Amino acid sequence: MVFDHLSFEVKPGELLYLRGKNGSGKSTLLRLIAGFLRAQGGTLKYGDEAWAHGDAALSEALIYAGHDNALKPVLTLRENARELMRLMTGRAVGDVALAEAAEVFALTGLLDQPVRYFSSGQRHRSNLMRFAYLSRPLWLMDEPTVGLDAENRDALAALMRKHLDMGGMIIAATHDPIGVEGAMIDMRDYQPEIELEEEWL
Amino acid sequence: MTSAQETSLSGIFFGIVRRDVRLAWSQGGTGTMALSFFLIAVTLFPFGVGPEPQVLARIAPGVIWVVALLACLISLDRLYQADFEDGSLDDLALSPLGLTGVAAAKILAHWVSTVLPLVVVSPILGMLMNLPDGAYGTLLISLLVGTPALSLIGSMGAALTVSVRRGGVLLSLLVLPLYVPTLIFAVGAVDATAGLVDATQPLALLGAASLLALVVGPFVSAQALRLSLE
Repeated sequence: MVFDHLSFEVKPGELLYLRGKNGSGKSTLLRLIAGFLRAQGGTLKYGDEAWAHGDAALSEALIYAGHDNALKPVLTLRENARELMRLMTGRAVGDVALAEAAEVFALTGLLDQPVRYFSSGQRHRSNLMRFAYLSRPLWLMDEPTVGLDAENRDALAALMRKHLDMGGMIIAATHDPIGVEGAMIDMRDYQPEIELEEEWL
Repeated sequence: MTSAQETSLSGIFFGIVRRDVRLAWSQGGTGTMALSFFLIAVTLFPFGVGPEPQVLARIAPGVIWVVALLACLISLDRLYQADFEDGSLDDLALSPLGLTGVAAAKILAHWVSTVLPLVVVSPILGMLMNLPDGAYGTLLISLLVGTPALSLIGSMGAALTVSVRRGGVLLSLLVLPLYVPTLIFAVGAVDATAGLVDATQPLALLGAASLLALVVGPFVSAQALRLSLE
């Protein structure tokens, strides 16, 4: 068991930080909300709707960006973005929208480069770019600031603020502050009790 | 905040098919690999067995089918593993199409990109193997009807072994026994035509095997992929 007795609510326009040391369950909680993992107990609700494990409906409400960058090395950044847009909505992404999204993380010059030539920082920014052109109410961000320089960190903060102002919701697992106001959950408070676990065994 | 535009499920389905066909034929893809393996491996048989036309004609259907099956197998390894390694599997799982639909699209893409080229070049290899003149049609039909089962059954094995390092051997052990019915009916059909017997019955059974695989393939693949996300 990674955590228990954990309960929280995120309203439109709110940001929730998940804090805690490595292995405390931040990523696990995000993957649980995204529907990749099955919880041993408890419920997850979106509005009045209960979200089941692996429900296709929930995927229309959220964007997830994890540790792996989910980019195909042989395709260019533009092609990668088009494929993701097509995968998530079945529609094509407009060139203007894509150019604007690339602008956010200073990737304009890299749009037509194959991703295999990118540095790890550029790959990470390319992964974060999805938040700028996909339109979904709930953002799940796993360590979004890792490997970002100060400038791009500000760009990320501005993008997040814009999303929150439009009534979006963000749950972000992160070690360091991004500079956007938000509630915080410390995963340490929800670690299962050791004695209890021994009794179970 | 609501998404202003409609989601198009067919757009997603064919988007995945296009994406995978393209990746299979791009650098490091499996399309060229499976096709060259098929051509080279079948070409080795006349050298190994000797050039007697009767012997080659006798073994031609079996050789072409077994090598097609192995060529398909070596490409299956990467069917989901590439997406698993770079994290795209998370995105695929979050597609509004649902994981079963995604698996179906990827299986169709695998068949189109990797197996269909084998079917197209098989008459050339038939010539090389001195396949009897009347059997070309049945060979093509048997490949067209039977090979979808290879992609569908293979997808289940590929999904189950996706998180296993060097899972290729395990994949062969899982998948090859399940290929046996397809192989028997397919080679039976071509042999029947070569022996001037009606091949309708083995072809019908071959089609039945493919349809059965179509019913379970995408669903089982999706369930197995869910396990690998955990």
